[in-house]
Amino acid sequence: MDALLIPFLDATIRTATPLAYAALGELATERSGVINIGMEGIIIAGCLGGLVAAGAGGATMGFLGGVLAGVLMALIFALFVLRLRANAIITGTALTLLGLGLTGTLYRGLFGLEGAALDTPSIAPVALPGLAAIPVIGPVLFTQTVMTYLLYLLVPLLAWWLTRTHAGLALRAVGESRAAALAAGIDVQRIRWGAILFGGAMGGLCGATLVLAQVGTFTEGMSAGRGFIAIAIVVLGRWRAVGTALAALVFGGAFALQYLLQAAGWALPYQLFLALPYLLTLVLLAALRGRAEAPAELASQER
Amino acid sequence: MTEALLALWDGAFGSSYAIWSATLVRSAPLLLLGLGVALAFRAGVLNIGAEGQFLMGAISATAIAQSVGGAVPSIVLIPVMALVGALAGASWAGIAAWLRQRFGVLEVISTIMLNFIALASISWMVRGPLQEPTRIYPQSAEIPASAQWPFLIPGQRLHLGFLLGLLLCAIAWVVLTRTAIGFRIRAVGASPSAATSAGEIDVARTVMRVFLVSGGCAGLAGAAEVGGVTWALYEGISPGYGYTAIAVALLARLHPGWIVVSAIFFGALEAGASAMQRDAGIPSVVVQVIVAVIILGVLAGSQRHGVGGTASARAGSRR
Repeated sequence: MDALLIPFLDATIRTATPLAYAALGELATERSGVINIGMEGIIIAGCLGGLVAAGAGGATMGFLGGVLAGVLMALIFALFVLRLRANAIITGTALTLLGLGLTGTLYRGLFGLEGAALDTPSIAPVALPGLAAIPVIGPVLFTQTVMTYLLYLLVPLLAWWLTRTHAGLALRAVGESRAAALAAGIDVQRIRWGAILFGGAMGGLCGATLVLAQVGTFTEGMSAGRGFIAIAIVVLGRWRAVGTALAALVFGGAFALQYLLQAAGWALPYQLFLALPYLLTLVLLAALRGRAEAPAELASQER
Repeated sequence: MTEALLALWDGAFGSSYAIWSATLVRSAPLLLLGLGVALAFRAGVLNIGAEGQFLMGAISATAIAQSVGGAVPSIVLIPVMALVGALAGASWAGIAAWLRQRFGVLEVISTIMLNFIALASISWMVRGPLQEPTRIYPQSAEIPASAQWPFLIPGQRLHLGFLLGLLLCAIAWVVLTRTAIGFRIRAVGASPSAATSAGEIDVARTVMRVFLVSGGCAGLAGAAEVGGVTWALYEGISPGYGYTAIAVALLARLHPGWIVVSAIFFGALEAGASAMQRDAGIPSVVVQVIVAVIILGVLAGSQRHGVGGTASARAGSRR
């Protein structure tokens, strides 16, 4: 059993890591009362930004490149939604198309039609001394890449920031009632700019992690709906940081199930497992109706 | 740069073949898909799942053409394909409509998820139930001759699907502007609460119907693509037509008449981009960038008008 279970759990954590970054970014954005449907475009931009920067200056530069690409995409989104007051949903859709098209064009432009820089620097898992020796938990939780360990710090930090700090309170106030926040003297626009750009940085990290810590190369459209799944993860996590991280694990598991069931030799078409995360998203979004505590301002997207 | 633009122009309008067998052939699915998206947006339904609905239409039309085969004459088989394709598209959209009505799931997310599930379905179909008999290639066998849609002009590839698209745009124009149904759709899109209180309109029913019709248009486009262009099913049957359709609808300001112009414009862009990739080595995904930039341009230009009305519909129905 361990022969299957440990690789499955390991793959769950590994695939949940980029998802968690994107979902935490989306969480912060949504908490400010704006839904960013364009997370998909941000992630794919982060993928290519990560690849290009890593090729030029190594893996660390790669993550910075991913963040930069993500922030640039989020900048476009913020400009349209906050400055021009355009419809957030349609802007987000355009951002996704822009990300997918632009990365495809640039990638072929940079690397030619035959594609890939296969010698992309990547980061290997690091076994944490001591902790990695614990049975089951060790190889699963403490033999991962730095990006996973960073999450172990980031999730409690974000939870604390959202619930215990003045700035976090202001962010949530803006998301609950724009009018009340304005009356309280909070600079709504500035907070939303910050939240959207933070979302962009996190989406960019998701993309860079996907390339540098998980897949090891870039392929067109490799974000494969993760931006939309991140939105579902936030709903499942009930707009809380720890909840969102745990929800990311559920989806990591849905992706990882592909490996487990293939290894177990089940005679089901593999496309069923390809479709599984998307099916799960639909089922969970439907099942969580009414129990979800969405920021009230999300309902009035035209603001 | 000039070389690329010349290749783009030549591929789209450079010859009669380019116009009648490339540009307009690519406009055909965009007409139907763009119309479907526009109708949905008009009623405040943000259906961005046209891609998946198109694929389900293509799968179903192929399946029916293969199974009844040469036993049925064209005059029966072609309408049946169109109907089955439209029904499949409508059912696929119906899932998202049901999830919205029953569980309040944002259709933007559900339709995108259904796009991915449709992609997985087609991937399975062309390697499973619908794979060609030698079982080597991931595609279906060619559909029988009786299932192939007629060409409109001798020697050119323009097919019946384009005509159907024009016809449906005309019908939609009349319905939207001249009938009570059209008024209801526009009222629901403008403000669902006002439509309920002042107009005594059943918003839920209007939304559900428009969603189904929107999916039906997309499914019909899928059937027309198999029947009129590819004559077989394979994974890459749509180069993102369902997403381009959003730009088609927005550029046309959701007006069925302008959809025709806008669909031909994007059809020319798609046709020109293929030529540009072939002749000048510029990747055709650049079309997606242009599509995105056009959507953003329309948004920047319209600001709170036009498409903005759909957002209030969205907000009103969700709470």
